[in-house]
Order: sequence, then structure tokens, then C-alpha cells
Amino acid sequence: MAATITASVVSREPARGYALWRLAVTELKLFLRERMRIAFGVALPLLLVIILGSIPALSKPVKAYSGYTFMDIYVPTLIALSGALLSFMAMPIVLAGYRERGVLRRLQTTPVGPVRVLAAQLLANFAVWVVTAIAMLVLARFGYGVALPRQLAGFVVAALITAAALLSIGLFVAAVAPSSKGAQAIGALLFYPLMFFAGLWYPVAGMSATLQHISHATPLGAANQALTAAAQGHWPTGLQLLTMAGYAVAFGLAAARFFRWE
Amino acid sequence: MTAVIDVRQLHKTYGDTVAVADVSFTVQQGEIFGILGPNGAGKTTTVECIEGLRKPDGGEITVLGLDPRRHRAELTQRLGVQLQDSRLPDQLEVGEALELYSAFYRTPADWRELMEVLGLSGKSKTKFAKLSGGQQQRVSIALALLGSPQVAVLDELTTGLDPQARRDTWELIESIRDRGVTIVLVTHFMEEAERLCDRVALIDAGRVVALDSPAALAEKAQAEQRIRFHPSVLIDDSMLTSLPDVTSVSHSGDVVVVTGNSNALNAVMSVLARHQVVAEQLRVEQASLEDAFLKLTGRPGQYHGQDGENR
Repeated sequence: MAATITASVVSREPARGYALWRLAVTELKLFLRERMRIAFGVALPLLLVIILGSIPALSKPVKAYSGYTFMDIYVPTLIALSGALLSFMAMPIVLAGYRERGVLRRLQTTPVGPVRVLAAQLLANFAVWVVTAIAMLVLARFGYGVALPRQLAGFVVAALITAAALLSIGLFVAAVAPSSKGAQAIGALLFYPLMFFAGLWYPVAGMSATLQHISHATPLGAANQALTAAAQGHWPTGLQLLTMAGYAVAFGLAAARFFRWE
Repeated sequence: MTAVIDVRQLHKTYGDTVAVADVSFTVQQGEIFGILGPNGAGKTTTVECIEGLRKPDGGEITVLGLDPRRHRAELTQRLGVQLQDSRLPDQLEVGEALELYSAFYRTPADWRELMEVLGLSGKSKTKFAKLSGGQQQRVSIALALLGSPQVAVLDELTTGLDPQARRDTWELIESIRDRGVTIVLVTHFMEEAERLCDRVALIDAGRVVALDSPAALAEKAQAEQRIRFHPSVLIDDSMLTSLPDVTSVSHSGDVVVVTGNSNALNAVMSVLARHQVVAEQLRVEQASLEDAFLKLTGRPGQYHGQDGENR
């Protein structure tokens, strides 16, 4: 071991954005190194597009869905599903694990501060979701003839607000979960019922009026509604966007309030 | 010499448990200051208050003239911290970790140089989980030094390391001090405190029970010295017990053990010489920091490395 330490000092202006950027890039790299996270967050939604797209009956127009095919209806649902997998499962488990193992505590001793640590986590998962969603749209379009969103700007706006709502809920799960195992359990408890209301197992259009009302009030139901509307060429309604924005603000504030570093 | 850390009447409880009852001390610039004590004495809580990670229930702390809670952003730029039991993500490479953490600081050290100095340069592409305990510890030290801090707080630095890694780490700490960094070292190893620290605060049950250099603490603890030898011929105990400087004489096999004050050695040697007895295998035992620890806390200190939890 060397006898003296003479590491030189690199002086520079504090660049706040730089620290956040490096953290987000690092989180993204770590995401890509975990096979399980790729399998669930990225591969599973794409696989579902392939499986459902390969069933000929699902690509035939259905009268009850105003002439759209099952696939037309399902692609926005699957995009919401991939966002839910990342937000409710992948991110909380990682953050709770970081807390369990002292990763957050160590970050707490540096000038980086809590806000950037969480923001980096959100950015990395958001980036993965954007790439996955684009891959799903392209795969559905060129593999199975599903039209790209006809109201593209509306789709982008709906997707951004969906991401904000889902990721805030995920942060809240990470904040209240006692451990990474607990985060996994809570994430799953949220995921299955909420995905039901997003029409994963049965299209929302085919549900009873009561169930449809409940669906529209859930974050994933509203997301599915807004994304489907934009895919079919309409702007998402203010109610749909406000519903999701409400979840984003409420859970974002609750997450900030309850977050623990150890 | 100026005080870099000033802790006055620190008090901290967790629910009904008093972790720190009343702790005061100052750390001078450029010294290695040891915080020594048995497990659960309140050492870690004390340094966590200094680091601003915990809010004291009473007392005052200033670090580099800053309030650790109110001036956290500035303090984290100037205070390097090595926590016990904190890890990095398993899949993160050593080089990536250092590059990332250096982005947090106003005046980061050159992380490549730091890796070399810490003997980690071959490990740049190695993932954290694949490092040995000693290597993980060195990464942890590197992260504490990345911001070119004026003060570094190192908690249970060598716990879990093998003896060679521990000695290497000690050398490293001395070289960091030579660079002008003030160091606060939390430990429950006597040997480590004796070897490294300029001054030691001995904490027990949330209070400072002694504060001095390791040698002075040891001296205070035991004014008596113990003399052991193997006499060349059988001797009569009364020859020794009659000496005013000697307090007791006992036998352990063929070995005679004499205790007495600081003059006892002279007195014993001259009486043996007068009777033409040669003291073979003569050993004089000086009090150590461990004796001080035992006397002041009523518990044996840990001399050799074992894993230990404390807070």
C-alpha cells in the first residue's frame, strides 16, 4: 500500500444537473445488468404483444368494440401494464433493497441529497418504459398490423401523465414497505386488481357499467382509457388526465412525507 | 491548533433507551481522534450526530464551524464519512461508483489516482459484490475521501478484516492524516486505538469516562507494574515481600510474579543481586490501554478482531 496520498483535486463549479445525470445513467446501467428486471419490465410486455398478436381471432374487427380488433384495444392496455410492472414491482423493490443494504444511507452522507436520488430512479425507469412502449407500438404495427396512435400528441401527453401517476404510487410503495420482500408483496397486491380495471383480463368496454365507472377512477383504468382514446384518434378527456394527475400529486406528496433513508 | 469538532453535552435517546447521556469533547485539527468503548456504549450514535444523520435531543455540536443539521449541504462537501454496514449496489463496478460519487462534490479528488493509492486500480471493472471484505472496505474509504474532505469520520473501519488487511488499513489512515485530514476513528479494538490515535475518548454507557492519549490513559489506569522472572535458584518469598516497594509475590510454576510500584523493579533487582540470584526470562508488564478499558468500564476490551455490532 502506498505511503502517501497525493491525489490531486479537480476544482470546478458545482453542476447540480451533472450529479443527477450521472446518477440516472448509473441507475439505467444497473437496470440493464439485472436479468430479472429486464425479463419483467421489458421482455414480458413485448412477449404478450407477440403471443396475443399471433392469435388470428384477436386481429379481426369486433362489432362490440366499434369495429376495432382485440389487438387494437389490447396494445394500449399492455403499454399501461409495462408501466405498472416497472412502477409497482421493479422500482420499489430496488429502492427498498437500497434502504435495507445501506446504499441510501451512504448517499445521505454526500451532498447529492434525497431529491436527486429519487429523481434519478424515476428518470431511469421512465426511460426504460419509453423505450419499451415504443418497441411495443412498432412491434404491433409491423408485426400484427395494429395502427400507430392516431392522435400522437394526445398519446404522448397521456403517457407522460400515466408515468407520473404510476411512478408516484411506486415511490409510495417504496416509502412504506418495511423491506424489499414487503415491497414485492405490496406491489403485487396493487398490480393485479389495478390491471383488472385496466382491462388486462377482460376488455373494459365489455364490463358492466358499475365496473366501468370504478375502472375509470383507478389510475390504470384512467391510463388505459386515455391511451386507448389517443390510439383511436381522440384527445384524452380532461377527467382522465385530471384523475391521473390527482394520483400523481397525492402519492408523490405521501411518498415524500413518509420516505425513510434507513 | 484549532478545534475542528466541538461536541458539548450531547444527549440522545431512542424511545426509552438513552443512547448518549452526556458526551463532550473537542477534536483538534490534524489529529487522529479515537472514540473507544464497548458495544452499545453510544459511539456510533455520537458520530451520527456529528455527521448530521441524527438529531440530538440535547447539547451542541459544531463541525468546521457548521451546525451539522442546519448546514448539511455545506458540511457534506467538507466532511467525509465511512459508515459501518453500508454497501453499494451489487452490480455496480468500482470505477463507476467512484466516478459517480465524484460528480457529487465541488472539489472532487481525482478518483483514478485515489483508486491507485488505495490499491484498487486493478479492480476498476470489478462489481462491488465480487470484492473481498477488505477491498469493499477500501472502496468505502475511497468514497469517504472523494470530496477531498477536511475531516473524515471512519466507523468500525477494520471490523471483519483479516490481520494483514487491518495493518494495511492502519498505514493508509496514517497517510491520510499526513495529507492534513483530521480523522475521527470509532473502534472497539484496543490495538487499533493504541496504534493510531493521538487522543482517545473512552465512552461507556453514553458518557465519556476518560479522555487522553492512549499511553496516558494506560498509565492512569494502573500505577502498579508486574515483574515476572524465573530465579536461577530457589528463593525465599520473604526476601521480596519485605521490600517496601513490593505489594505482592506469587508463584506460577517456577515463575515468580511480583507486583509493586514503579520502584519495585529496581528494588527487586538489587535484592536479587545481593543474594547472587539471577533473574532469568525477566519480563516487566506495563499497563496497556486494555487495562484502562477494563478498569474504567469493568469489562474486558476486545484485543483481537471479531465482528461486532454497536450503535
